[in-house]
Amino acid sequence: MMQRHGVLVGWVLLAAPLLTATAQTLLPDPTMSADVARGQALFESRCGACHSLDANRVGPALRFVVGRTAGKARDYVYSGAMARASHTWSSDKLMAWLGNPENVVPGQAMNYRLDLPQDRADVVAYLASLAAH
Amino acid sequence: MTSLIQTLSATPPTASRRAFMGRTGTLSAVAVAMLAGKDTLAQGMGADTSKDVGILNVALGLEHEAINAYQLGAGSGLLQKAVLDVAVRFQADHKAHRDALVATIQKLGGTPAMEKKLDDYAKALNADTLRNQGDVLDLAARLELGAINAYLGVIPAFASKDLAKVAARLAADETMHYILLNNAMGRPLPAGALSFGA
Repeated sequence: MMQRHGVLVGWVLLAAPLLTATAQTLLPDPTMSADVARGQALFESRCGACHSLDANRVGPALRFVVGRTAGKARDYVYSGAMARASHTWSSDKLMAWLGNPENVVPGQAMNYRLDLPQDRADVVAYLASLAAH
Repeated sequence: MTSLIQTLSATPPTASRRAFMGRTGTLSAVAVAMLAGKDTLAQGMGADTSKDVGILNVALGLEHEAINAYQLGAGSGLLQKAVLDVAVRFQADHKAHRDALVATIQKLGGTPAMEKKLDDYAKALNADTLRNQGDVLDLAARLELGAINAYLGVIPAFASKDLAKVAARLAADETMHYILLNNAMGRPLPAGALSFGA
């Protein structure tokens, strides 16, 4: 029994650094800055099912979303909740939106989340770079 | 790199198409039975039902678009026969998804999102820029990848765990499509584990 206990402790000690390393790869690194190129790649792979830059598809066109009033993209039919929204899409607002859209506009229709803050920051930086041109 | 494509379409074309048409109906019925036919899906769902219906309707919008994207590819005249057969097979999967989603939305008391006209999808997807088979496959792969991530990304938002599982199952089908499309284009497998969804 003691021997088995010792083996168990050994496994825990061995596994602890591995678990820590794994956790670190899945958690955001707060020292990282936003990467526009990575944001573009993420936009294409994570947002591209519904969104294009210049065409309304399942979701509205997003080239000029930064600085735009929420729920007001031309010719896009929004949910009732989003149509009633009146805030302006700032980078901070988009960060919050991508983290949990329901917290920003209850009753919205998107529901998609980017779980990692770094991913959100990169996508928002990409969208902000488009709006700046 | 077309070996997988050829394997999938090894059946003689006419027989394959006929079998496909028959299989599509069966698939749809089975899918509906598995997704919508579960009475437990409709039972015990409270105030969040409308939210779940909303998520399902976004999914339905994706499936409408995928069906039309494959239709544009199939009608482009740019696909080799073997690739065309696979595209039609993948389109059938999306039709089965659509049928299952429509039935589920209706069972939950919602109104399914309507399909747009083919021309609307062509314009939104810039179909006029497709010049060769690679362009068509690239468009399909991008849409499939987007759908994988979309389905995985909405899983936490479902109030119903049954519907969350449905989203995961849809993502699994789209992943199969995406990997085969990438393979047909000679692209490598995803670089590592956990490359989808995050």
